[in-house]
Amino acid sequence: MKKLSKLYNFLVFAFLYAPIVVMIVYSFNGIKSRSVFSGFSFQWYQELFNDEVIMNSLYVSLLLAVLAAIISTVIGTLAAVGINAMGGIKKKAMLAVNNIPMVNPEIVTAVSMMILFVFVISKFNSMEMGFGTLLISHVTFCIPYVTLEVLPKIRGMDANIYNAALDLGCPPAKAFLKVVLPQIKPGIVTGMIMAFTLSLDDFIISYFNSGSAVQTLSVTIYSMTKKPYSPKINALSTLLFATILILLIIINVRQSRGDAKKKGAKR
Amino acid sequence: MKKALSFIITAVMILSLSVCAFAEEKVTLNVYNWGEYIDQEVIELFEAEYPDITVNYTTYDSNESMYSKMISGAASYDVVIPSDYMVSKLINEDLIYELDFDNIPNYRYIGEAYKNQAHDPENKYSVPYLWGTVVVMYNSAYVDEADVENQSLDLLWNEKYAGKILMFDNPRDAFCLALLKLGYSMNSETHSEWDEAAVLLSEQKPLVQAYVMDAIFDKMESEEAWIAPYYAGDAYYIADGNPNIKYYIPSEGTNMFMDSMCILNTSEHKTEAELFINFMCDPEISRMNAEAVGYSTPNTETLKMLDEELIGNDILYPSTEFLIENTDVFKNLSQSTQILQSNLWTSLKIEESAESSALDWIDIFCIGIVAIGITSAVYFGIRSKKRKKLWKS
Amino acid sequence: MNKLSSRTRQALTAPFSVWMAIFVLVPIGLVVYYALTDATGGFTLSNLASIWEYRSTYLVSIELALVATVICLIMAYPLAYSISRMKAHSQSTMVLLVMLPMWMNFLIRTYAWMTILEDTGLINTFIKSVLSLVGYEFEGFSMINTNGAIVLGMVYNFLPYMILPIYTVLTKIDHSIIEAARDLGANGFHIFTKVLLPQSIPGIISGITMVFVPAVSTFVISKLLGGGMTYLIGDVIENYFLGNTGEVNYNVGAALSLVLMILILISSGIMNHFDKDVEPDGGAKK
Repeated sequence: MKKLSKLYNFLVFAFLYAPIVVMIVYSFNGIKSRSVFSGFSFQWYQELFNDEVIMNSLYVSLLLAVLAAIISTVIGTLAAVGINAMGGIKKKAMLAVNNIPMVNPEIVTAVSMMILFVFVISKFNSMEMGFGTLLISHVTFCIPYVTLEVLPKIRGMDANIYNAALDLGCPPAKAFLKVVLPQIKPGIVTGMIMAFTLSLDDFIISYFNSGSAVQTLSVTIYSMTKKPYSPKINALSTLLFATILILLIIINVRQSRGDAKKKGAKR
Repeated sequence: MKKALSFIITAVMILSLSVCAFAEEKVTLNVYNWGEYIDQEVIELFEAEYPDITVNYTTYDSNESMYSKMISGAASYDVVIPSDYMVSKLINEDLIYELDFDNIPNYRYIGEAYKNQAHDPENKYSVPYLWGTVVVMYNSAYVDEADVENQSLDLLWNEKYAGKILMFDNPRDAFCLALLKLGYSMNSETHSEWDEAAVLLSEQKPLVQAYVMDAIFDKMESEEAWIAPYYAGDAYYIADGNPNIKYYIPSEGTNMFMDSMCILNTSEHKTEAELFINFMCDPEISRMNAEAVGYSTPNTETLKMLDEELIGNDILYPSTEFLIENTDVFKNLSQSTQILQSNLWTSLKIEESAESSALDWIDIFCIGIVAIGITSAVYFGIRSKKRKKLWKS
Repeated sequence: MNKLSSRTRQALTAPFSVWMAIFVLVPIGLVVYYALTDATGGFTLSNLASIWEYRSTYLVSIELALVATVICLIMAYPLAYSISRMKAHSQSTMVLLVMLPMWMNFLIRTYAWMTILEDTGLINTFIKSVLSLVGYEFEGFSMINTNGAIVLGMVYNFLPYMILPIYTVLTKIDHSIIEAARDLGANGFHIFTKVLLPQSIPGIISGITMVFVPAVSTFVISKLLGGGMTYLIGDVIENYFLGNTGEVNYNVGAALSLVLMILILISSGIMNHFDKDVEPDGGAKK
């Protein structure tokens, strides 16, 4: 029976990873093609690092994802703490607002923010579309996910410890940092990773809100419409994939070693 | 594991911030161009030649999205390289500067035949970058000689090749072919002519395998499709990869496109922008770009440096007389025609097409999924039975 | 907890409230405003009326997104279940493996599907060469440029969004309940329908939302995998805002978005109807 379950998992993962395998294979293609494979070569890897447009947009994408993750984590976590202290209609209203960017189709979020930015720009003529607008839009669609990850953790938290800390004369801010934060940390970290992933994976919202002076990797790839996109992008993605995979393996090995040690110590 | 991930994220951030810190105070020149439409070494060379200028090079996917981002975002970019009709639109709406040709001495290299085109009749606003024509490609291994003998656009409507024909996924180019086939001007302002063209396109739809742009390269090369219209330089490139592929300029005439460099009048660095345009017209630089992109160059000096084979190619470099007689350049359409074009194109896309394939594989997919569903139900069943046994024992 | 601290804690929502008001509520207000006005700013219903001609586009978009959502659900549930039964540390590895593909650019992954699905693509080449070994001439499946390919693209891109929430609720289920049910003689099917399924409803619902919503509004997948043969509603909205077909019209675009938003609101309202026992934030009731 275990075998069937394993087979099923394998099939789903095969489905998830099939395009990635294709992407990796074609990054070694000798010619600039997505459909014909001809000869093995490293040329795209060599050319990748000279391609300023791709490297710049990678940099923008990563910086954007990191900043969006951090800002939305801070705002979302604070909000979760506050919402948890609320009750009744207030809480319901907050949660409803929080749900809007999640329930709203991405393209509606994208165009509604674009309308806002265009409106502000045309009225005040002081701002321009660029990294700022990108960051704002990414933070906006990341916040709800963080809030929803953190909220259950706060609810499940033992409030007595926090109260005890207060009773023992600990100032509330310190009590929050020392008592509450460690307890809800798993939720915060998951929320942050979620936000990072969403931001990195996004195309639609970036496409509408990036303006022209700054562009993320997806926008760069999408702009290659007259000409086919270059396998350099495959090479880049392969490198990213390999880096993440190696890191995961290292962490995994270290963790299982740690587990083994713990077991040993117990004996 | 999560700890380590957050560590990675922090590391990335520190790294990226440190890169930021290196940015010095220089003039930043924003250049906005089509994707994959330059030899990027050119930018480095420019920055090496003018150390005070940094180029921020970004790319767009269509003239229209460039335009709408420009009017909506008011971003301060300096040099843009749109196509002909978009240049005339920018001129009409007073969005680009008149150039100071004293700062662009290399303009003298641009061939007379390419100056003063319809979109910029006195050539005050733009400098030609690259040009080309629209051709019809076909795969000679599958397409009969007889069908291409008259070198006509009819090939794109030939029912014999249903499902193997690709079409432009871009209303301006697609309608251009339909209008030409009907014998009308590609810049027609007569709405009944556009309606006729739309009928023609919807007749073609059942024969079309896909409406695509960049995917034409891969689909033609791998022989996924046999017939497609595209730009001459690209046809040359594709034929280079697959010798079965041949191409011709349709006898009905064709579109000559010309992408030109302009400076937006929101630019605060007009002089630097002109330096950039001048640099791009340098024969050697222009050669690098022409070779990287594969389109025809308007630069007479560059022409002398190119491969004999390229210049000798009648389709990449037709004679001037031929161009005048057989090609036309896009003009900016009137507002009402643009809206008509948009509506007609959208209805073409949303109309119900008779499914050409008898086997709708969505059904197969659903059956597969149901099968998986049953399997997993069985899995749960057996699994729990086994558990029960264990429990009892 | 004392009252004062509760109030200070409530004040922590200030940045959130301000942010969401400016960047969520105001933009939606603007969408409504644009949808109900014409180019000169006067009130009009003509934008909304013009949407009638796109009814089939809405239908196709919703239909494809629904099919994709159902497929995602069926595919995701068993996987999420089996992950939730693994050892704690393999669980986190598996979850990261589910998320990892999303870190690769989604356009690239979609392009890779083109390579796989085309008539001369990997699947067909493989099947043809295998069948030609046994001397059978095979025409090949036509998979690319169909609605099926669009659905596949949606399933592929949004599957992780279904797996993760279901997995999260499944880990919270107390296994002693399942054991108890088993002791009381419930078979696998009953345990699934009476114990597992009801408890995992919140996860299923947030999974459905997270898959259906992006699927219904996508516009790139239809271009790449659908061969540009059909417009989904996302394509139409994109064109009205960026003018790729020659006309920029924020008003009609806003009206289209507004209707899409309302349709989604209605359907999520219906869905939440099934989920009365659950707190509105999607977490399981404690």
